[in-house]
Amino acid sequence: MGDKYKTESLKCWDKAKEIRLNYYKNFAEAHEKGGLRWAGGAWSFDAIPAGLGDDVYPLTGEPYAASIAWNKDFALKCHEAVEKAGYARDLCSYMRNYWGSILLNKYAFGGDFPKPDFIWQDHICCSHAKWYQVARDLEGKDIPMYCIDVSIGPFEELTDNKLDYVVGQMHDGIEWLEAVTGRKYDDEKLIRAVYDHCRSESVWAEVCALNKTIPAPLDEKTMYSLYVHGTLNKSSKVVADFYEELLDEVKDRVKRGIAAVANERCRVMSDTQPPWAFLNVFRYLEKYGCVSVGSLYTFGLIGMWDIKEDGSWGPRKTPQEEGIEIKDRDQALRILASWELNKPEWQHFYAPQLKSEMMIRIAKEWKLNGVLLHYNRGCEGLSLGIAENRLALKEAGFPVMIFEGNMGDEREFDETQTMTRIDAFMESLGLEK
Amino acid sequence: MTVVGIDCGAKNVKALILEEDKILAKSSVLSGFDQKAAAQEALDLVLKDASLKKEDLAHITATGTGKEEVGFSLGTITEVGANAKAINSLFPSVRTVIDVGAEEGRAIKINDKGKVIDFAINEKCAAGAGTFTETMARALEIKLEEMGSLSLKSQKAVPMNAQCAVFAESEVVSLIHAKHAKEDIVRAVHDAIADRIASMVRKIGIEKDVALVGGVARNIGFVDSLKRDLNLDLLIPDDPEFSCALGAAFAAAEKAKGG
Repeated sequence: MGDKYKTESLKCWDKAKEIRLNYYKNFAEAHEKGGLRWAGGAWSFDAIPAGLGDDVYPLTGEPYAASIAWNKDFALKCHEAVEKAGYARDLCSYMRNYWGSILLNKYAFGGDFPKPDFIWQDHICCSHAKWYQVARDLEGKDIPMYCIDVSIGPFEELTDNKLDYVVGQMHDGIEWLEAVTGRKYDDEKLIRAVYDHCRSESVWAEVCALNKTIPAPLDEKTMYSLYVHGTLNKSSKVVADFYEELLDEVKDRVKRGIAAVANERCRVMSDTQPPWAFLNVFRYLEKYGCVSVGSLYTFGLIGMWDIKEDGSWGPRKTPQEEGIEIKDRDQALRILASWELNKPEWQHFYAPQLKSEMMIRIAKEWKLNGVLLHYNRGCEGLSLGIAENRLALKEAGFPVMIFEGNMGDEREFDETQTMTRIDAFMESLGLEK
Repeated sequence: MTVVGIDCGAKNVKALILEEDKILAKSSVLSGFDQKAAAQEALDLVLKDASLKKEDLAHITATGTGKEEVGFSLGTITEVGANAKAINSLFPSVRTVIDVGAEEGRAIKINDKGKVIDFAINEKCAAGAGTFTETMARALEIKLEEMGSLSLKSQKAVPMNAQCAVFAESEVVSLIHAKHAKEDIVRAVHDAIADRIASMVRKIGIEKDVALVGGVARNIGFVDSLKRDLNLDLLIPDDPEFSCALGAAFAAAEKAKGG
């Protein structure tokens, strides 16, 4: 099969890798520089601890656990350590990878597991509610922990009282941060972090929106290595600036007709976290000229979207673009909470049809030929309702293939069977290798 | 034009020679550990039976879990695609195909042209495939071939709750110790596998007519259980285990014609 389009590597690829590795290194070496370490989920409001200083480094649990999953040998050791400690095999596999790393006292990026000075978490799913409580027990109970409950329902039903509930916890959280770290809180740093948080998420959405182009300038396997920065530290200037650089490069690829997959002739999306140890699934699709252009997961976990005048999805305008000047702590927290509670990837926790609507929108606007749904046994939060999403997508006219697996536990993924399914699905779409 | 379809399955390799629309010969050998050798043996047998040489063949298409092992094939097709082609030719009215083999169970929805509209395949679990029945036959100390007829003698439905083949074996042992009649336990085994398969078929939606293929379609006890579960009749070809090989042969013929 001949190539239809030109393709080339991303110029910012090495920088993406460097930012990620520096992030993990900075966390491990924070104490050597007199700084602080905090741990929490990738969904946590990381702009808030930023007010403690520029030497406060996070370690977000999900991307860290995904890094472990990618290393099959280490992941297996983590699973075995967790199971030996008496935890069930069917729990969140990210959580189990993370706990295993603590139990083995081994950091995936070298050395002992660096214990955080405090835990800053929010409760978006039932696993998140327990993850760091157990982590704290395993690390030593002296690690202070603060959690924000964000269970206020879908964004379309947000009221002032619900917003006050979240913002109130944020205000308390800042007082708590001052008490446990002994540091004076800097509202200017918070305001700067909120600006950068919104900038990161808006620009990432714009990058994803460019993938509506045929040929798609990015493929999802590559996007996994790019969206991850938002899950590491979305409120940092480094990440926001990097996304601006990426946006410029992707715009240039679109302008010059550069494709991610040179033989693109079929476009699909996936769903939920992939089986991280088996990203070759996406390269296998390319043998058929099939590109996965993204997913609600890659678009909506970090990207912040808005419905544009023509009814299509585009990046949400940042406070700066709206001409809003943040003047104080309360305003910063209100903007942060309101912005984040609107996150697409949060909405389906409340009803599967909210997710189906967004998926169908993506399928239409990104001009898809089909959908690959990962029935992910490793994440009950994101897999909840996925069978209903399948039905809705089919009803909307999109062929759907499902495969079972686990984002973090390769023992629950059958590579051969998945490839066989892809063969059958591609065949049903009229494609040959 | 003469072509071969070869289905390299988990338990057996089936080969079939097709000349235009006529089946000239069929062969089936155990897959064993060396699927490549088994595929060669199946081809040699079928060629011998039809008094043909490999050079006489216009095309060979392989299917089945071991299709990539068939070194002499000129093309491949998935089991889903092969079944769709075969059944559309044998029973044009069929819109839902159920294939239960040794390792996998699958359900396929097709249109009037034999195009695959949707499909579902059982997951990493033996409970929805022929291997399950074999394991249970061993636990009951009866021959696999006896399972079907014995099951039809059952007068009483005994529930079997286990979802997993390993646990189901323990449950069968418990039922034996509880002095349940062997035929009732056999029926319980068939009801259990039929329940798993029916659940998978419902995922893609049942549209009549419905065909059943694969080696397990030879088990009359299972067929009875599945009919009861789905509450409909099933169309079963004469040699249901050769459905995939037949479909592969149709694909081979299309390729030979330049399709």
